[in-house]
Amino acid sequence: MNLIFEKTSVGRKAVELPSLDVPEKSDLIPKNMLRNELNLPELSEIDVVRHYTELSRRNFGVDTGFYPLGSCTMKYNPKINEDIARLPGFTNIHPLAPQEINQGALQLIYELEKDLCEITGMERFTLQPAAGSHGELTGVMIIKKYFEVKGEKRNKILIPDSAHGTNPASAALCEFEVETIKSNSEGCIDLEDLKEHLNKDVAGLMLTNPNTVGLFDKNILEIANLIHKNGSLFYCDGANANAIIGIVKIAGMGFDIVHLNLHKTFSTPHGCGGPGSGPVGVVKELVDFLPVPLIEKNNSNYYLNYNLKNSIGQVRAFYGNFTVLVKAYTYIKSIGREGLTEVAKNAVLNANYLMSKLKKHYDLPYDKLCKHEFVLSDKNIPNGITTIDIAKRLLDYGFHAPTIYFPLIVHGAIMIEPTETESKQTLDKFAETMIKIKKEAEENPDLLKNAPHTTPVKRLDAVQAARNPVLKWE
Amino acid sequence: MDYIPNTESEKKEMLEEIGVQDTLELFKDIDKKLILKSPLKISKKLSEIEVRKKLEEISEKNEQVKCFLGAGCYNHFIPSVVDHIISRSEFYTAYTPYQPEISQGSLQSIFEFQTYICKLTGMDVANASMYDGSTALAEAAFMAHNITNKNKVLVSRAIHPEYRNVVKTYCQMHNIDYTEINYNDGTTDIENLKNQVDNKTAAVIVQNPNFFGCIENINEIEKITKENNALLIACITEAISLGLLKPPNADIVIGDGQSFGIPLNFGGPAFGFMAVKSQYMRKMPGRLVGMTVDKDGNKGFILTLQAREQHIRREKATSNICTNQALMALAAAVYLSMMGKQLKDLAYINLQKAHYAYENIKQLNNFEAAFSAPFFNEFVIKCNNIEKLFQKMKENNNIPGLDLGKYYSELKNHLLINFTEMHSKEDIDNLIKIMKELK
Repeated sequence: MNLIFEKTSVGRKAVELPSLDVPEKSDLIPKNMLRNELNLPELSEIDVVRHYTELSRRNFGVDTGFYPLGSCTMKYNPKINEDIARLPGFTNIHPLAPQEINQGALQLIYELEKDLCEITGMERFTLQPAAGSHGELTGVMIIKKYFEVKGEKRNKILIPDSAHGTNPASAALCEFEVETIKSNSEGCIDLEDLKEHLNKDVAGLMLTNPNTVGLFDKNILEIANLIHKNGSLFYCDGANANAIIGIVKIAGMGFDIVHLNLHKTFSTPHGCGGPGSGPVGVVKELVDFLPVPLIEKNNSNYYLNYNLKNSIGQVRAFYGNFTVLVKAYTYIKSIGREGLTEVAKNAVLNANYLMSKLKKHYDLPYDKLCKHEFVLSDKNIPNGITTIDIAKRLLDYGFHAPTIYFPLIVHGAIMIEPTETESKQTLDKFAETMIKIKKEAEENPDLLKNAPHTTPVKRLDAVQAARNPVLKWE
Repeated sequence: MDYIPNTESEKKEMLEEIGVQDTLELFKDIDKKLILKSPLKISKKLSEIEVRKKLEEISEKNEQVKCFLGAGCYNHFIPSVVDHIISRSEFYTAYTPYQPEISQGSLQSIFEFQTYICKLTGMDVANASMYDGSTALAEAAFMAHNITNKNKVLVSRAIHPEYRNVVKTYCQMHNIDYTEINYNDGTTDIENLKNQVDNKTAAVIVQNPNFFGCIENINEIEKITKENNALLIACITEAISLGLLKPPNADIVIGDGQSFGIPLNFGGPAFGFMAVKSQYMRKMPGRLVGMTVDKDGNKGFILTLQAREQHIRREKATSNICTNQALMALAAAVYLSMMGKQLKDLAYINLQKAHYAYENIKQLNNFEAAFSAPFFNEFVIKCNNIEKLFQKMKENNNIPGLDLGKYYSELKNHLLINFTEMHSKEDIDNLIKIMKELK
């Protein structure tokens, strides 16, 4: 379809601006500071609305259909959350207004923090980070500052080979050297390899538990013990917290720092890739290192506390993605303590059910109880069909594809996370479709190799896009 | 309401398929010691009626006031269309467009967003958004360090104090030398810049209009920066200014796009943008959408140049950014499509309103202009008793602006005050009247 810039028509307007009601003055700004041209399109309101409505119809969201994108927890985004986040008392408030004016906002952040502390067992949280990876960066900054204050030179962070790419990238931004820990044959941390890497240079281990193959590391307490004995800190990538909230506390596993993804576990929408929110929680010993400000309560008065002795500083202007926090808070209040536990139970039930159905037809490298997700491989698929073909064929059947080719430890990984908000009927339909696709691979492989067939565009030329980048309309 | 559709009997069928009796058996791989024995100390579930009531009550504790605060977060008119479009759940319930064939809506709108940012900033390449202006600025500092292999960034004190805090935090972690340049009469002190810039300087960082609302002498700053083979990073917190002002002739332009159709939201979410000259494209952080063709030769859009990114390059990536602020970038694209060329008229209204207020306020007995540099829609005014002013304004349900003494010890009794199209002449006259009555 055409771009918005191709729809311009000279003289058209979509907005009626107010007329100038103050006396006009000229030459307020020197001419050399003024721009010469402003080459923006001229459209009417209906032009704009039709354009973006048409674009929206070329998009697939959780509301469109099943979205089993592993490690992303694409659960249903309740509509009430959207309405609440749009209340003028939340949208129309300025972050730098005197604190006594915004007591409701501070109260909400304060109470959400308390709930996250209870859910994870951590002492305090910062709600400033704007996304999971931003939370990771904040966590690694805390690790770095902690050892600086202690006067210890530790320059290494250990990360398993199954970890999200953001883990090593976050560590590297803080000038840590990254060392990779192997996974064992069961898909979890290889304890021997871990022991070999532990020494006085190690500042911390970043671990996702349950991990990216959907497995809970049964050695978690031993790992924590090894890390702590080494004087290092234990970081939890909480991207997969949906599998364990209300069942296990993250601090209970021995983690010192955790980031959560409110846009995964706590139902706030993913918005084509953001805004998210990545709060970071820490144990008591590390509270002093959190970013400023924290929000405190004194009698019935909420206030911003900038007075933290070893704080890493601010990681974002203002207080985080506030209306995302509003949505997460609304969600926790809606589902309550009963719901929080049911979330994990049903996320795990759905994943195991789907895994049980699919493992009869697809290779399952780690065939044991999974948590919120599981990973198939493209081994044993005939006729040269690989993961990408299966993923693209799923689009024809009205499903979003799973996460593919991640984690790297599984050949042609197909990482499936159904979440708790999907019904048995949806899972059955998906399983049937996957089985049908397997059959198509055997009988009519071209159908898969040329998939998708029904989408607005066919497979795109990624090589051309990268070799000759066209990144704007000219 | 827990949003779980399966009934007890359906769950039972599913457990049978798995071959276990009870859901809790699915957690038997977890050490028993770790399994919680008692329920969480979280409030009980609420009905939608109760949730709405509770949250409305909290929201109403935030007082609705007439506000003349800008300082990086601006109260602008938002056409209804913007929220209607970003409320379409095909957009807001989607994630990062990993499957381009069913994500052309996200991808094309981001491509259009990138185009808009390039048009406004005069740069060659813009990415698909950053978290906010402050983190975009910190990432730009890292980027300049990586491009130049030099270790010092010079940061104007006329940059938003919270942005400077964030850059400082990031620089400490990356062992980059963070040094500030003074300001003089409201803009970056050119002499002080000349004294501090050297061949170790990776970047000179200024804001335009700066935190005081003043317009910087970018050309002069650019000349000095280039003479020292450093990069110039320009930061924009009031994006509406781009409708009127010449885009900064910088190497990297970053900013916060809240002014483009996004409410105040207590400071977030909005989005950060980053635009660069083409030679720095491959050193950029964040997602980039490119135009290509599908196998039938039809135009299509796809995430591209991903070899810079964390999911491919891991610890060698240009940044760790993954999730960004895509829906807010969409809001901006819709806003700019609605506003079109009228962005200039809108900026002009802002300019005129602020100058009308300025001319009147500086003549009042207890007030005087702080700086003489040209400004856009925000300026600094000195008053003889700022606490009294805030108190008096509060009685009239007004917030007069930002008390700069909290951020600059030398600017006690200085007020940063902002005017937009949302302030009518009547609002401004009322403000002036209250100020006039101040003894």
